[in-house]
Amino acid sequence: MEIGLVELSRLQFAMTAMYHFLFVPLTLGLSIIVAIMETVYVMTNRPIWRQMTKFWGTLFGINFVLGVATGITMEFQFGMNWSYYSHYVGDIFGAPLAIEGMMAFFLEATFVGLFFFGWDKLSKRGHLTVTWLVAIGSNFSALWILIANGWMQHPVGAVFNPVTMRMEMTSFYEVVFNGVAQAKFVHTVSAGYVTASVFVLGVSSWYLLKGRHIDLAKRSIAIACSFGLASALSVIVLGDESGYDATLNQKMKLAAIEGMWNTEPAPASFTLIGFPDNEARETHYAVHIPAMMGLIGTRSLNTVIPGVNELVAKAEDSIRRGIVAYDGLMQIRAAKGEVSPEVKAKFEENSDDLGYAFLLKRYVDDPRQATEAQIVKAANDTVPLVWPIFWAFRFMVGLGFAFLAVMLYFFYRANWRNMTFPRPALWMAVLIIPTPWIAAELGWFVSEFGRQPWTVDGVLPTALSVSNLTIADLLITLAGFVTFYSVLFVVEMALMLKFIRKGPYMDVAETATWKLKHEHRLSTHDGNVPGANATPAE
Amino acid sequence: MILHELIAFDVLRVIWWLLLGVLLIGFALTDGFDMGVGALLPFVARTDLERRQAINTVGPVWEGNQVWFILGGGAIFAAWPPLYAVSFSGFYLAMFTILAALILRPVGFKYRSKRESPTWRSTWDWALFVGGAVPALLFGVAVGNVLVGVPFHLTPDMMPMYDGPFYAKFLGLLNPFSLLAGVVSLAMLLQHGAAWLALKADGMVATRARRYGPVFGYVAAAGFALAGLWLAVGIDGFRIVGDVVRDGPSNPLLSEVARDQSWLVAYSTRPWIAIAPILGFIGILMAARSLDRASDLAPLLWSKLGIFGVISTVGLTMFPFILPSTVDPNSSLTVWDASSSHLTLFVMLVCAVIFMPLILAYTAWVYRVLWGKVTEDDVADNSESVY
Repeated sequence: MEIGLVELSRLQFAMTAMYHFLFVPLTLGLSIIVAIMETVYVMTNRPIWRQMTKFWGTLFGINFVLGVATGITMEFQFGMNWSYYSHYVGDIFGAPLAIEGMMAFFLEATFVGLFFFGWDKLSKRGHLTVTWLVAIGSNFSALWILIANGWMQHPVGAVFNPVTMRMEMTSFYEVVFNGVAQAKFVHTVSAGYVTASVFVLGVSSWYLLKGRHIDLAKRSIAIACSFGLASALSVIVLGDESGYDATLNQKMKLAAIEGMWNTEPAPASFTLIGFPDNEARETHYAVHIPAMMGLIGTRSLNTVIPGVNELVAKAEDSIRRGIVAYDGLMQIRAAKGEVSPEVKAKFEENSDDLGYAFLLKRYVDDPRQATEAQIVKAANDTVPLVWPIFWAFRFMVGLGFAFLAVMLYFFYRANWRNMTFPRPALWMAVLIIPTPWIAAELGWFVSEFGRQPWTVDGVLPTALSVSNLTIADLLITLAGFVTFYSVLFVVEMALMLKFIRKGPYMDVAETATWKLKHEHRLSTHDGNVPGANATPAE
Repeated sequence: MILHELIAFDVLRVIWWLLLGVLLIGFALTDGFDMGVGALLPFVARTDLERRQAINTVGPVWEGNQVWFILGGGAIFAAWPPLYAVSFSGFYLAMFTILAALILRPVGFKYRSKRESPTWRSTWDWALFVGGAVPALLFGVAVGNVLVGVPFHLTPDMMPMYDGPFYAKFLGLLNPFSLLAGVVSLAMLLQHGAAWLALKADGMVATRARRYGPVFGYVAAAGFALAGLWLAVGIDGFRIVGDVVRDGPSNPLLSEVARDQSWLVAYSTRPWIAIAPILGFIGILMAARSLDRASDLAPLLWSKLGIFGVISTVGLTMFPFILPSTVDPNSSLTVWDASSSHLTLFVMLVCAVIFMPLILAYTAWVYRVLWGKVTEDDVADNSESVY
């Protein structure tokens, strides 16, 4: 097994997945925001809300198309670059992907065309239904993808079959209602809502700074900060739920996130900052908060969270059991399945740890021939590189709280300060537009880099999952993706900026007619006319 | 869970083989005309307004159409994991090319009319042409390679190994028979695109589509006939040796496969399958004939029948083989040994039974809402909002 091939395959997957995820969060959130705006339009009949729906819908469309296009790469790449993985776990992993297509993607993709082209062909309510179906479809899509991803983090409802040499599903229910998957779904979707809220807030703030489209910008801010506030709260609460699940199911990832090398007496302290060092198995210059980790991770005062060293010792035991299982597998294969019940029983007793024997394949072809030194080495391989995970996690969480603060502030100004915003605040809202994307990518990084050295935790090592390709294959496609994706990114950004600069298409006559007709109910009790001081739309 | 045993394993396998066919045909029937329109764009539409007219006939529907393909990939992954693993990695560079073309196409639809500059628009016209023509050709080439067999073998660990130099993952696929299959596929989808334009466009675009469409139809029919002849004399098919175990574990290495007779033997053992190529010919030729006349809807319906016949012909001729191996016939994937487990096939079937009728219903509704021709005036009047 060439290491170069594994590294290049990982690089390509990470690159295309993170690129895909530049578009997904905005799709998830903006689809809902647009649907909310259109709902207000249908309820109030005010033309401004339709113009808002159309304007944000245009930006949604520019973003959506690249999400769709780069999603195809994701679906194909498992088979192209990870063919042993595809064979080994396709029986379980393929199902949620296919269901995603049937239940979610068909829905959003079929109706998104009507969203853009159906304004004159559908009734108001008909079009609103279409918009909501697009939003629901996008969000269901995320559900099934995260069920698939959740299974890689915490494989449940499946068992190894020695005759077909793969994992096979034993319970669809367990796969779907996998706690890890559910927690990841709500956390990821909330992150998408925050992303879209920050985007809408930032773009609208820019309009306010430039004194353009005041009507649209203020209303958009009202929606964005309320939706964003709820989402920022939920992303933090549900992120905490993800962490709690990691305590139960992915102990090594949790230990890496916390830079916790040794098991501490409960409740463990939380390392606020520090410099984790894999070589020394120590976190230098660590600043601790007593008892905090135990409380967050276990929600109790007396449950112990294992540290890295303890987990490595456990991995070593698992490797030894895995070797016994591997021996059983070879006997079953040699006898074409006709083995004595004892051999079979012994295999089944240890088969849960078969994946650990595969960790040895990096060092020796037949795990049964592994030396003690190799077993120790393989056990040490189960520790991911800690410092990137440690820091990525802290930046992500920090950004999460920052979003909450921003949303709270704008919510306050919108509701209790008559929609007035100081210019520095508006500038800040513009400048932070890229940050939710950074937080989302860091989140993926923590989750997937923290899963190493496994593709499926405890079942299949990454090094074994790749296709039988050559370095040349990978270099060609990698170069192709980098060039192609860079060009598309530039084009997308240019179009986004062009349409933001251009602003909404306002039907002035329509708005004027509407205002005239409804003047009697436009003035409020204190005599103010909302939007009266607004500059007229161009 | 005992419920899944209500349907026998071998029955489920046949059902999923049929559903795979349904998805591939669904893809060819819907996304097929998108690709056809893309590939026809430089020929049938000359001015910018004509091009926008042609693009806007597929504008509202291409996204949904493309999902047939994505779902096809997902269904292969879920129901036929070994097929997914072997074919996607074995056709690596070809898959990458298809992928690039398929990414280019949606982006082209969406972004082309977002700027006025003629350079910008003509660049995207090229992207749409490539994004339509290249996949249409390569899908046929892939089917051709499936018929002649692919050089792979499975290790005892079931790792798919591709035997050949890396460039063979693209160049090696371009053998003469497969290129012929590619030409059939391209020509068939070009006629399909022309039939769509005859229905949905008017003016010069429709006139030119009616003029060129039949030419592609006749090429497709001739190529289809030639491929049949070639299979009869020049290419060996595969067969399972000895007893065929239909409900055994999904391990291709457990059965023995020989390569010593023509694929066309199937037509003497199962004569009824001849209906598929007959429908293929009738559909393609009738589409070509009716394109010449004034009828709007007929060419598209005939073209659909033709595509249905041609794709069914491939599947039925090869049954039970899905992906035969030239270097190690025993590694060949068949319906009986390359599926998911009994439970997974059952769960997926339940999902398909629930969702496929829904999908067909709302897709039909969307097409009904969008019914009617897209004219140059429509595009000019809504220049801001359409593609």
